[in-house]
Amino acid sequence: MGVSIAMNAPDALAAPASGDGLLPVRADGLVFEAHGKRLIDDVSVVLQPGPRTVVLGPNGAGKSLLLRLLHGLIKPTVGSVTWALGNADDVRNRQAMVFQKPVLLRRSSAANVEYGLRLRGMPHAERVERVAEVLHRTGLRRFSDQPARLLSGGEQQKLALARAWALKPDLLFLDEPTASLDPAAIAAVEDIVQAMHADGTRIVMVTHDVGQARRLADEVMFMHKGRLLEKTPAATFFQAPESGEAAAFLRGELRW
Amino acid sequence: MHDLALAFITAVQLLLSFDPALVEIVLLSLRVSLTAVGLAALIGLPIGAAVALFRFPGRGALIVLLNALMGLPPVVVGLVVYLFLSRSGPLGVFGLLFTPTAMVIAQSILVTPIIAALTRQVVEDLWAEYSEQLRSLGAGPMRAVPALLHDARFTLVTAVLAGFGRASAEVGAVMIVGGNIDHVTRMMTTAIALEVSKGDLALALGLGIVLIVLSLSVNAATYIVKQRAERRWA
Repeated sequence: MGVSIAMNAPDALAAPASGDGLLPVRADGLVFEAHGKRLIDDVSVVLQPGPRTVVLGPNGAGKSLLLRLLHGLIKPTVGSVTWALGNADDVRNRQAMVFQKPVLLRRSSAANVEYGLRLRGMPHAERVERVAEVLHRTGLRRFSDQPARLLSGGEQQKLALARAWALKPDLLFLDEPTASLDPAAIAAVEDIVQAMHADGTRIVMVTHDVGQARRLADEVMFMHKGRLLEKTPAATFFQAPESGEAAAFLRGELRW
Repeated sequence: MHDLALAFITAVQLLLSFDPALVEIVLLSLRVSLTAVGLAALIGLPIGAAVALFRFPGRGALIVLLNALMGLPPVVVGLVVYLFLSRSGPLGVFGLLFTPTAMVIAQSILVTPIIAALTRQVVEDLWAEYSEQLRSLGAGPMRAVPALLHDARFTLVTAVLAGFGRASAEVGAVMIVGGNIDHVTRMMTTAIALEVSKGDLALALGLGIVLIVLSLSVNAATYIVKQRAERRWA
């Protein structure tokens, strides 16, 4: 009953890339069940390098779960996620995720950014340089010695982005990163996401904010009741979505 | 009432006189209990964190066991350590019985389960909050242990203090393995027990008050340091 959507260049997947790219990643027939309920229902999708993808859908559609399945934080009940890279450590190390509520360690802002780099075994001198660079680019340099937990909500989320940016990931997942932020902080977060994309990071972002999706999306994946109903270029999606549910969602009429 | 008043006067006199015999007992008590708590923390913190983070067969039983061991009877621990350390025991060759080292060993055994059980609970709760973020950054349970212990440090201080309370207050274990030998293994609690059996209740109570003041001081000092650090790091 699920809709399988393999867009862009399905031919490229017949022979998974043997280069050193993380992408494409291919999800095949993902099903996730918890407590007897099917929360992700037969989702198949291919993510090629390049565009900024926004995952849209009402609450409970399974957007966050899909991100966690792709990122490897949870295991699918059925189905698989296959990366172009073979080595599991490389796959983990070349992607990052920013959560709705940033989890910052009880140490300074700079030490928070440095933590991820240390886990990857980066030498000290290089770490210090990288930390200074991302704190500068995210406008957090003046907070670098301050305890991260004392920053404001918006600054905390920017720091979470800085921590992800420092890793220079090929792919960044964002799970409603601006859900509880004020307009200025939302704009700042979106600017960082854009800058990371300009730096070559593939963006996959969950939101239920249609305005944000319009600002950021090159393509939209629309989810509803655990199923992926469409994966459409943004321009097409906002003018003439393929599914009736997406059209209703855009009109603010979706009832579920 | 008369005994109590007399005890207070005795306690004040004891404290003011800086009686060298009392100072010796106080210092030995502190040395033994703090060393025991230090050792127990070195063992209990990683064990508690490991039980919190890893899933293995028998984990539930181990948690129940750890929680139950918090209530280990000191006399039983003292007796078992005594049997191990006595001349004919498996560790008899080291000649540790009736030394401060024997008391440290016995108290470490009493305190380790307390620190491990409380650490397990604290770290498990923190891991629930941190798990996704740390795993996303590339830290599996093993590499997350130092970060979690570090971030739980303010709560874990309380766990360690609970252990210190246990060590400084118990008499059964140190009495058996230490023997309450004057100038060698006489602690606050064993001295109190001795004075009670000799019938000098005022002196016993006076020593008791000194012990409570000591325990209060350690806890107060820890509280102040903790408050300062907490305000600094939120």
